Amino acid sequence: MLIGISLISFFIMHLAPGDVTSTEASFNPKASEESRQKLREIYNLDKPVIIQYGLWIKRIAQLDFGNSFASHQRPVLWETKDNNGNITKGLIQEALPITLLINLLGITVIFSISIILGTLSAVKQNSWVDKSITLFVFIGFAIPGFWLALLLMYWTGVSNQWLPISGLHSLNYENLSLFGQFTDLMKHLFLPVFVSSLSGLAGISLYVRNGMLEILNQDFITTARSKGLNEKKIVFVHALKNAILPLITIIGLSIPGLIGGSVISESIFAIPGMGKLFYDSVLMRDFPVIMGILTIGSVLTLIGNLIADLGYAWADPRIRKGITK
Amino acid sequence: MHYINIKLYSLTLLYCLLSGCTQDKIDESNYKSYYDKEDGGRLINAMTGEPSNLIAMIAGDSASSAIANNIFNSLLKYDESLNYAPEIAESWNVSNNQKTITFKIREGLYWADGEKLTSRDVMFTWKLVTDPNTRTPYASDYQLVKKATTPDPHTFTVTYEESYAPALDTWTALHILPEHLLKNEDVNSTYFSRKPIGSNYYKLDDWKSGQHVSLTRNPLSINGKANINNLISRIIPDTSSQFLELTADNIDLMNINPIQFQRVFPSREDLRNKIGLYKELGNGYTYLGFNLKKEPFNDKRVRRALNFAIDKDEIIKGVLLGLGEPLSSPYKPGTRWNNTKLKPYPYDSNKALALLNEAGYIKNKDGLLEKNGKVLRFEILTNQNKQREMTAVIIQRRLKEIGVDVSIRVIEWASFINQFIKTGDFDVVVLGWSLSLDPDQYNIWHSTQQGPGQFNFLGYENKRVDNLLERGRLELDVEKREKIYHEFSDILLEDSPIVYLYAGYGLSAINNRVRGIKKPSPPAGIYHNSYDWFIPKILRRNEISDI
Repeated sequence: MLIGISLISFFIMHLAPGDVTSTEASFNPKASEESRQKLREIYNLDKPVIIQYGLWIKRIAQLDFGNSFASHQRPVLWETKDNNGNITKGLIQEALPITLLINLLGITVIFSISIILGTLSAVKQNSWVDKSITLFVFIGFAIPGFWLALLLMYWTGVSNQWLPISGLHSLNYENLSLFGQFTDLMKHLFLPVFVSSLSGLAGISLYVRNGMLEILNQDFITTARSKGLNEKKIVFVHALKNAILPLITIIGLSIPGLIGGSVISESIFAIPGMGKLFYDSVLMRDFPVIMGILTIGSVLTLIGNLIADLGYAWADPRIRKGITK
Repeated sequence: MHYINIKLYSLTLLYCLLSGCTQDKIDESNYKSYYDKEDGGRLINAMTGEPSNLIAMIAGDSASSAIANNIFNSLLKYDESLNYAPEIAESWNVSNNQKTITFKIREGLYWADGEKLTSRDVMFTWKLVTDPNTRTPYASDYQLVKKATTPDPHTFTVTYEESYAPALDTWTALHILPEHLLKNEDVNSTYFSRKPIGSNYYKLDDWKSGQHVSLTRNPLSINGKANINNLISRIIPDTSSQFLELTADNIDLMNINPIQFQRVFPSREDLRNKIGLYKELGNGYTYLGFNLKKEPFNDKRVRRALNFAIDKDEIIKGVLLGLGEPLSSPYKPGTRWNNTKLKPYPYDSNKALALLNEAGYIKNKDGLLEKNGKVLRFEILTNQNKQREMTAVIIQRRLKEIGVDVSIRVIEWASFINQFIKTGDFDVVVLGWSLSLDPDQYNIWHSTQQGPGQFNFLGYENKRVDNLLERGRLELDVEKREKIYHEFSDILLEDSPIVYLYAGYGLSAINNRVRGIKKPSPPAGIYHNSYDWFIPKILRRNEISDI
């Protein structure tokens, strides 16, 4: 499976014209064609694609993701140490934790708010509450993120100076106490997480709403009601538990999404995450970095699927029993 | 990327709605006073890209060289009026046969780590840049040196096979690197590229990937002491975000675009009080280039006609909001290489039509120009660059008026180079070249430079020009050289293989707390004396608690 994925991505990547020697910066009369040809030979870019793929597979089999083609030559995945103990950090190593943090925060916010909103609108189906929630989540879905981001940046950063405008840390981050560092980071991440969560609310909350509606119409709920259980217990204990079961699948499937950042939001907020890293390496035709990110992404997708299935079985005895039969 | 346009629009809209609600931490009246030079403080600027490698011969991106220029020195430098000036070398001497240059290295120079800087380091750097294992695109200039010697620690001589006029220029560009730190390193992948030790005003203090690069004063600087203590470059890829940071007073300096310069600032008095605007002619020009190997562009009359039919002033007004200049030679106006006798082709559609008629083109019943049943129709190719796209659209409209059918195609850079430029499969391009300080244009215009990947991709061939370019490279006498390149510019303008469209201004916005900036900017640019800038104490930010 992985070989198939990597083979396809490798070939698609090479279908795009150009290589690392054809960036805009190298279009400079001071840079000679010979030197570019030399570079192509060093990186084996003059060899047929299939041989390049073989060389790549050989390295990857030893878990060596190689070094970037960019002039900094940094390792793609993990840090390396030279003889004098100077450490060079890996590109993915630096970008991934940032993106993971933002996306985990984002997912937590999306799910917790969506479950509340979804339940509310199911319980008050067709009331003004339901309608205004639906309207709200769809506005959130439809509003262009970069536009909202800039408006909020202006409001909270320029006219009021409540929050920092862009970046991940303040310049004096190193000198802050641990708590200070934490608040500083949260202040910087507030807007990016808020803006990215807003667009995710619509899908999940409607999912919860429909799930709830379906469950609320089932016989066991009627039984529970006829038993005289109070409505709160019915909704939050009996119905909600069942309604959020399918969300486990969605969480599992969103695991690969966790490592992909958004180029636009990362650029606007000046956050050095995975989206920008991938986008820049595609524009630069930095093949080792592209392949590194794709490989890790596909491994995570496969793991995510597995976790989703396992999690579902764990949470739902019906499925578990079905497996063991 | 279209979202940029919408963003700009929404930003501008925002300013109109919300203007006047900015808070000021610093008493604005202080901005108006005069201050004497004061030591210390820090300057925060913004850059869109992260430097990749601070060894300039390996890097190649502008972000890298912007930072590296503060850390390293070359043998020579350009002074304020773009003449050669001493830096590591205190003097230089060209031999009578013009083939040998002897540099006298200043005594008592130190690297930031306390080691002595001598001619050995210069020799080491030259060997490094010409080493075939060094992945530098800039080796060719230095490979022309046949022999380099260091008779003593303060002398470095280079001998060329034949005299090479751009030689001195190349020695202003080569950052001298420390031998004692690099001799056992592989320069392509060394830690040194991220932890450099140099000899200039500043040394690297801290580099947070993707966030900022921070420089601090180098006490052993060979040029003396800069006034400002810290230079911090924040990496903010999006220019709208940079602009918000500037207006919120979190950064002091950024490059702005013509809309911000001509529209936003004039309508915002609060910004004008805090932030000064500076413009200087940039280092590049945009042109429309013809594929000279193709019909009908091999006909000089057609090229000249199209040149007359394009209104450059209109493009400068429309695309750059007036912040640019028309050109008549590939040299920066105001420098000696620019031939002031030459004037750009004026906009004259009648002359254009007359020339096209002369070339055999007659209007057909659809109002299009036609020759032997073939309509004059071509495609303008350009890369994803908003200004170039807008330029192409304006040209398209003007040419339509005289009956030329033009279409436009915009392509991502790597595809553009590989599928069109290298294969010669294009009609007309809108592209840019830099306005370099040395007038040598051999790589761009000499007829031998037409191979795939070489830079005469338009296919220009002119015996007289070839001869001039060859002579220009050998001639070290500035007066004679000037004559050569004036004649070259004259022929080029007459032949019209390209239409000079504009040279845009570089626009900077700098917070008024920064003092000592020369206005109007000298020929070498406003950043030329940045070591002399200073920030008076009363105008400094609270440096412990700022965002």
